[in-house]
Amino acid sequence: MSDQAILPRGLGAPLGAGGAGVGGRPRRAPWVAHSILPGFGLSLGITLVYLGAIVVLPLTALALRPWELGLDGVWRALTAPRVAAAFRLSFGLSALAALLNAPLGLLIGWTLTRYSFPGRRIMDALVDLPFALPTAVAGIALTAIYAPTAPLGHFAARFGIKTAFSPLGIFIALVFIGLPFVVRSVQPVLQELDREVEEAATTLGANAFQRAVRVILPTLAPALISGVSLAFARAVGEYGSVIFIAGNMPMRTEIAPLIIVMKLEQYDYAGAAAVGLAMVVIAFGSLLLINGLQLFLARRGRV
Amino acid sequence: MNYRPTEDIDADPASGSPLALEIRGISKSFGRFPALNNVSLHARDKEFLALLGPSGSGKTTLLRVLAGLERPDAGEVRFAGEDFLSLPVRRRRVGMVFQHYALFRHMTVAQNIAFGLTVRPRRERPSKSETADRVADLLSLVQLDGLGGRFPAQLSGGQRQRVALARALAIEPSLLLLDEPFGALDAQVRRELRRWLREVHDRAGVTTVFVTHDQEEALDLADRVAILKDGELRQLGAPNEVYAAPADAFVYDFLGAACRLPGVVEGRRLTVADWETQAPADAPQGRVEVFFRPDEVMFAPLDGAGLAGEVKAVAVRGPDVRIECLIEGRLFELESRGAVVPNGVAPGLALRVKPLKPKIYAAKA
Repeated sequence: MSDQAILPRGLGAPLGAGGAGVGGRPRRAPWVAHSILPGFGLSLGITLVYLGAIVVLPLTALALRPWELGLDGVWRALTAPRVAAAFRLSFGLSALAALLNAPLGLLIGWTLTRYSFPGRRIMDALVDLPFALPTAVAGIALTAIYAPTAPLGHFAARFGIKTAFSPLGIFIALVFIGLPFVVRSVQPVLQELDREVEEAATTLGANAFQRAVRVILPTLAPALISGVSLAFARAVGEYGSVIFIAGNMPMRTEIAPLIIVMKLEQYDYAGAAAVGLAMVVIAFGSLLLINGLQLFLARRGRV
Repeated sequence: MNYRPTEDIDADPASGSPLALEIRGISKSFGRFPALNNVSLHARDKEFLALLGPSGSGKTTLLRVLAGLERPDAGEVRFAGEDFLSLPVRRRRVGMVFQHYALFRHMTVAQNIAFGLTVRPRRERPSKSETADRVADLLSLVQLDGLGGRFPAQLSGGQRQRVALARALAIEPSLLLLDEPFGALDAQVRRELRRWLREVHDRAGVTTVFVTHDQEEALDLADRVAILKDGELRQLGAPNEVYAAPADAFVYDFLGAACRLPGVVEGRRLTVADWETQAPADAPQGRVEVFFRPDEVMFAPLDGAGLAGEVKAVAVRGPDVRIECLIEGRLFELESRGAVVPNGVAPGLALRVKPLKPKIYAAKA
């Protein structure tokens, strides 16, 4: 008798894919591709449980919470002028910061991989610092040089530019924390660029600009996009490093995560969840879009 | 060695066509490693020249110097009378084919082939329809009609290399450079492409320099073969010339299976083990190395002339017979043409092996 007979119908199929049925012929659900690796059922089971407990469960709780306010209440919570302004600020600045990091991160990755010069390894290690620093430390550090009384902030103020406690300050912090994502995404691809491909382009008459734009950049595009999307996702959720430099003025320099914290402090858990859910939806939507674009680019030439 | 490359040019009966490529005294080192040492050679217009040598012989470096991808430390390269080294890579109009294809993966086959045309300055760039026509012509030349819309990843290795060749030919190169183009392909595809490449060369009528470490490929394909070792030119000549008269022991050994025995030349007398024979007039004196091809031997009974040997094994392999023979304590794998075992040859037999065309080179000190 097959081991599947004692299992509920739904569970039998994926478990059966792991081993051969007693009758000799492997029993497998038709939608499971054949693999010679054993343990598919067990590993998929653990994957599902873990993902469910760690990712899906909290997100479900988040998704359910706001509705105790009613559809109307959620709508009002999200469209309150202060909340809407925070959304615009957070997503807008995050996108701008990620876009600035695209060329600059690419350039830094390029410099660090394509040339060799003294101090290259130290510079390479420096790139990781925004990753490694506790975000609050980054926030204090940034405020320490960009505050109106601090050296850089003072210098900028002489030209009438306000750095800290303005959207520009938030932008600087988001650029800071997003940079490593872009650099670290493009570096491995740059490292594996085939020298001969560039040499071939040169012998065919391409100048340096044509080689960069028509040969190297298309190869890098998927990695670059993935780096930019990571930087964007990180920037949207960034709290620690922004909160000191932002100044947190209502309607002007309040970021969306701060709105959540404020609502929580006022025991408005449903309202906080509503803002949180909206952030998840927007962020997830943009990531889907970016991943789709990346997939499209990566598919070309690699089918 | 008394080999001088310039003599070859004058002595060649076919030197009617003008010189296209002149390489004079090229030297190049990477750090302390000398990759090329004072190499000089010439190629005539529309000639197919093979650079043959083991890895590390400098053949690829020489090719890269011609392409402009490497700058020599010393020497001169002229092409059609022009100083080639002072021209930047982009202006040399050199079509280069790399061992690992070096195709643009994100472009279709057609876009790959058209690349050299589309990067031209606007004034010199052919129109879209002209480019499309040229791509179609080249696709049919390399026998890939209808595959213009594919990406390189969708092609086999042999097809990719043909795309690379079409891409190089698209710019109507004055010089075609091929760097072990068939090195990454399997033997069957290699032989097919070899014949086909020669046809393409003859039809396109472009001077071609071809790098390979496969002596069979070089001898089969090229009008002339330049044999390099350790960054130095060892011999330059037509395939049958270099095969029949290798300039030194290395060339002899490299161009085909070789049997080697120590010997002594005194006057006109050559002694190898217990075999004495007349030495050629130009043979070096004193201790020498005697080379012969395993298929250029005659088997004789023990009382005849030749090297005393003992047959160890006999095997018929396809069109010829392999005879393993112990001579002077060394095992040689000899060959006899024709699928018939020579009279009476069988394992255990003592006989004499007479090299028909022995070559004699001075022994290394």
